[in-house]
Amino acid sequence: MPDDAARADKVYEVDTGGIDAVDAARIDVVERPRSLWRKICSKGSIRKTFLLAVLALVWEIYGRQIDNELVLPTFLDTMAALGGALASGELPAAAGYTIPILLFGYFAGLAIAALLTALATATRLGADLLETLTAMFNPLPSIALLPLALLWFGLGQGAIVFVLIHAVLWAVALNTFAGFKSVSPTLRMVGQNYGLSHPAYILRILIPGAFPSILTGLKIGWAFAWRTLIAAELVFGAQGGTGGLGWFIYERKNQLLIADVFAGLLTVIVFGLVVENVIFKTVERRTVERWGMSS
Amino acid sequence: MERPLVSAEGVTLQYRSETTITTATYRVSFDVMHGDRFVLLGPSGCGKSTLLKAIGGFLEPVEGKLLLNGAPITRPGPDRAFVFQEFDQLLPWKTVLENIAFALTAGRGLDRAAAAERARHFIEKVGLTKFTDNYPHMLSGGMKQRVAIARAMAAEPEVLLMDEPFAALDALTRDRMQAELLRLCEETKFTVVFVTHSIPEAIRIGTRILLLTPHPGQARAEIHCPGRDVADASGRLLSERIHELLFERELAADAAHA
Repeated sequence: MPDDAARADKVYEVDTGGIDAVDAARIDVVERPRSLWRKICSKGSIRKTFLLAVLALVWEIYGRQIDNELVLPTFLDTMAALGGALASGELPAAAGYTIPILLFGYFAGLAIAALLTALATATRLGADLLETLTAMFNPLPSIALLPLALLWFGLGQGAIVFVLIHAVLWAVALNTFAGFKSVSPTLRMVGQNYGLSHPAYILRILIPGAFPSILTGLKIGWAFAWRTLIAAELVFGAQGGTGGLGWFIYERKNQLLIADVFAGLLTVIVFGLVVENVIFKTVERRTVERWGMSS
Repeated sequence: MERPLVSAEGVTLQYRSETTITTATYRVSFDVMHGDRFVLLGPSGCGKSTLLKAIGGFLEPVEGKLLLNGAPITRPGPDRAFVFQEFDQLLPWKTVLENIAFALTAGRGLDRAAAAERARHFIEKVGLTKFTDNYPHMLSGGMKQRVAIARAMAAEPEVLLMDEPFAALDALTRDRMQAELLRLCEETKFTVVFVTHSIPEAIRIGTRILLLTPHPGQARAEIHCPGRDVADASGRLLSERIHELLFERELAADAAHA
């Protein structure tokens, strides 16, 4: 037995190659910048820009092969038309007509969604109401409501705002409420432990806690609203000589200015891309990604 | 006689789900005095966590009384700060500093500057100064629990309620955290109610231990604890006695089978 005790007493220290405490602090590097090329490749936006350029090239080549501007104008012709329509002020005017309606409809939809969700968190009947309404209306494409909206609100912006609200409301309310319900019981108890009032509890605990889900709802609502608006404008989108982007596309098709039609479509795409990849991405980076909440 | 800080008088607690009512504790009584480190110890199903949540004000007894400073506990409040087992108890959208400061501005009505200052003081106390501006997802489990403890202590509650705060940590970290908690308690003289299912942890942390037996949770014994696993006159260790008290029914059943 004394042998064992003697062996246990002996501690063989690992040779650290002469690294003392100061050196250890120096190699304790948590972060190190990576090479420029690595950084470029890791940026999704740069990879995607490259893809876009390739697609434009393919379009140009194929357009030249077809050589029929009524079917497929080339990329450069489309760019020229886009430049012309921008310079003449027609496209900006059309966009200037579309975007305020879009924003108004979007935020009105958000406000109603917030109201409904607040009601749903406060009472069980409110939750039942929200669940029933979303189950009913979420599958209904809002453009299907346009004929009815025209009947109720006339040939004006009122009808469009109505269908926009419908497009935004259910997606946002559904995702927000689902997000609220998924906030962990522990976080809820932490919030209650602070003795917050009900509105403060929603604002300071539930909304940030459910933010990944809310953001998804905002994005889906935005996509629905944008598609709905352009579609509605294709049916009617002009008032007193001015019209929106959808109307611009429809009108140019009637005049057989197909390059202009493509320019209009590109504008719709670019606007959608900017909102989704710049605005929403920025929000995402500053919130759920920074908080480590992105799934 | 000194008035107890927390006092449970014949407390019965029940869980209600849509289909069943489960009795978590049945007529449990105890008093927690100022400066106690009061441990609720028992196997799972003995209602110890439920009891702690009731002190926290998250559920009300169906029978009996639960008092804080002589007044009935009816709802959660910042005078009883909670430390949970789960690592997700920190608000992920706030940094370490903001998490603690928010508890002080929202719960304790401090202004921002005072809250930030006190938060920094407690961050230093738990040795996380380097991580002041980090978000919780960048911290290890042990660090998160330290932040949660700092947050609870910074709020200067009447009583600190700890629900198996170290149970999800690895053994080495748990050992260090227990030592750290004891040091902080010595420094600040907090009253703590601590829930655990580990006998060694109970002996190490507690000044008094309440043993609970399961289905439904009932108080079995209350033990004054010197902080070490000491042997009594007959040479039996405290941990052995606790083990016997908790499991004597099962031991008896086993003996009967044998």
